[in-house]
Amino acid sequence: MSIATVWLLAQKELRDALRNRWFLLYTVAFVALALGLSYLALAGAGMAGFAGFGRTAASLINLVLLIVPLMGLTVGAQSLAGEHERGTLSYLLAQPAGRAEIFLGKFIGLALSLLAALALGFGISGLVMAASEGGPADPAAYLHLAWLAWLLSLTMLSVGLLISALSRRASVAVGVGLFFWLVFVFLGDLGMMGTVMVMRVPADALFWIALANPLQVFKMAAILDIRATLDVLGPAGIYAIQRHGDWLGLLFPAILAVWVLSPALVAYGRFAARGDF
Amino acid sequence: MNKAMNEAMNNPMIEFERVTKRFGRRSAVDDFSLTVAAQQAVALWGPNGAGKTTAIKCLLGLLRYAGTIRIDGLDARRNGRAARRRIGYVPQEIALYPDMTAAETARFFARLRGAPASQAHSILAQVGLDDQAAKPVGALSGGMKQRLALGLALLGDPPVLILDEPTSNLDRAARDHFLHLLAQVKAAGKTILYTSHRLEEIELLADEAVVMESGRVRAVCPGHALAQTLGMRRTVKLHVPAESLDQALQVLHAGGYQASRNGRGVLVEVRPDAKAEPIGLLGRAAIAVVDFELE
Repeated sequence: MSIATVWLLAQKELRDALRNRWFLLYTVAFVALALGLSYLALAGAGMAGFAGFGRTAASLINLVLLIVPLMGLTVGAQSLAGEHERGTLSYLLAQPAGRAEIFLGKFIGLALSLLAALALGFGISGLVMAASEGGPADPAAYLHLAWLAWLLSLTMLSVGLLISALSRRASVAVGVGLFFWLVFVFLGDLGMMGTVMVMRVPADALFWIALANPLQVFKMAAILDIRATLDVLGPAGIYAIQRHGDWLGLLFPAILAVWVLSPALVAYGRFAARGDF
Repeated sequence: MNKAMNEAMNNPMIEFERVTKRFGRRSAVDDFSLTVAAQQAVALWGPNGAGKTTAIKCLLGLLRYAGTIRIDGLDARRNGRAARRRIGYVPQEIALYPDMTAAETARFFARLRGAPASQAHSILAQVGLDDQAAKPVGALSGGMKQRLALGLALLGDPPVLILDEPTSNLDRAARDHFLHLLAQVKAAGKTILYTSHRLEEIELLADEAVVMESGRVRAVCPGHALAQTLGMRRTVKLHVPAESLDQALQVLHAGGYQASRNGRGVLVEVRPDAKAEPIGLLGRAAIAVVDFELE
C-alpha cells in the first residue's frame, strides 16, 4: 500500500467534503447551536451571559448526540455510493490505485473533515468561554470531550460507509443513513426504556445493553468526563461505577473504537469484493 | 522497419485468454481470446451488447471474470495495480470532479499515476487544453473533456491505451480533432485497444479489427478491410446536371449498381473500397459529376 496515494486521495476527499453544501450546513448549524447553547445554559439559570464549563459541556453533549451522528452518517453514506453513481469511482478504480488505498483515503479524508467541523464548533465555544470567564474551568476535560465527539463521529462515519458500500444509489444510502440516525438517536433510547419497563432488566444487563448503542457509550463517557461519576444515569450508572470503576475511562473509548473499526472493515470487505463497477 | 520495432510488435502487450463474463444466465463475453501485439492498434467492432465494453471493463478490473487477462505479461487480476499502471484509459464519457479545474485534475491524476507534476502541464498542452487549464472541468465542452481524458490517459507514459467508444458523444469537428490526436499517439508507438461503432475510425486507426457478436469473436480482419469483410455497402450521392439524371441512372444500372433518384442527384450503393468507381463509369459515358457526398 502506498501512503502517498492514500494521502492524495484523503486530501481530495477532505476538499470535496468541505465543498459539500450539506456538510457545510451541518457545520454551520453545529457552530451556531454550540454558541447558542453556551449562552442559553446560563440564561436558564437566571443570569445573562455565557455559561461556565459544566453547563456548556452538558449542553454540548446533547448537541453532539443530535448533530454529529447526522454529519458522520450523511457524509459516509454519500461517499462510495455517490461516486459510483456519478461514474467517478469506476474511473478511479481504473487507475493504478488499490481498493484498500481508495477506501482508506476516503475514510481518512472524511474523518479529517469531521475533525475540522468539530474543531470549529468546540474551538469557537471554547474561545467564547475563554473570553467570558478567562478560559474553561477544566481545559483537559473540554479537549477530552471534543476527542470523544470526534470518536463518535468516526463510529457514525464507519456505519455510513458500510451503508454506502451496500448501496448503489446515493439517495438510497442517505435515506438508510437517516433511518439509522433515528434508530441511534431516538428509537434506541425509547426501545431501551421500553425493554427495561417490560422485561424488568437488571442494572448490569441494562448497562451492557446501553453499550450496544455508540451514542449511549459517548453519553456515558462524556458524563464521566465532566462529572467523574455516572449517578445521573440511575441504577445502571451506579452499577457501572461500582463494578468497573476506573476501567470505564478505557472501556468507553475502546467500545467506540470497536464501533469505528467493525463497520469499516465490513464496508471495506464489501467494497473490495465487489466486482460490478 | 527496424529490428527493435519488429521485436516490439511481436511482443504481446494485451492478452485475453478464454475470458468469460456472465451477468446472471447471460454471457456478455463468452470464451473470448485476443492478443494485441506491442505498438498495434486493434479495434473491437460490433453492435450494442456485443460485449466490447464488458471485455474492456474486465481488463481494467472493474468486473470479475473467468479466464486470464495479461497486460505486458502481468496478470490483470493478481497484479491489477501494476497492470493498470501500464494502461491509460479513456471511457466513453469521462466522469471527473466538476469543481476541480483542468489543471488541478491533471495534477491529481499525475500524482495518482506516479508521474512528475510537470507532466500535468505538458499533457494539457499536448491535447490543446493549456488555455483552458484554469477552467473547472464542469465548464468544459464535451470535446474538451474527451481531450482531457486522453491527456490524463497519457500521464505517466503508459505503453497501452484503452479507449471505449471515445468519440461517440462528440460532434464532427471535435471528433476529427480527437482522432487527429489519437493518430499522433499511435504514431508515437502506443499499443491501442479501442471500441467503436464508426467504420471510418476503424479504417483510419486500426491495424486489426475484431468483430464481436454476442460476446464472441465473429471475425478478425485488417482494419481497412472491415467493411469488405462484413459485406457492408456505402451510399454515395452523385450530383449530375438535371438533364443527365435519367441517362446517369441507366448507365449505373447497366453497370450493375443499385441506384435511385434523389432530388438533384442519384444515390448509388458502392463497395467501401470502391467509392469513386461510379464517378469513373459516368465519366466514361460523358456524364459530368458536379459534386458528390458520402451518405
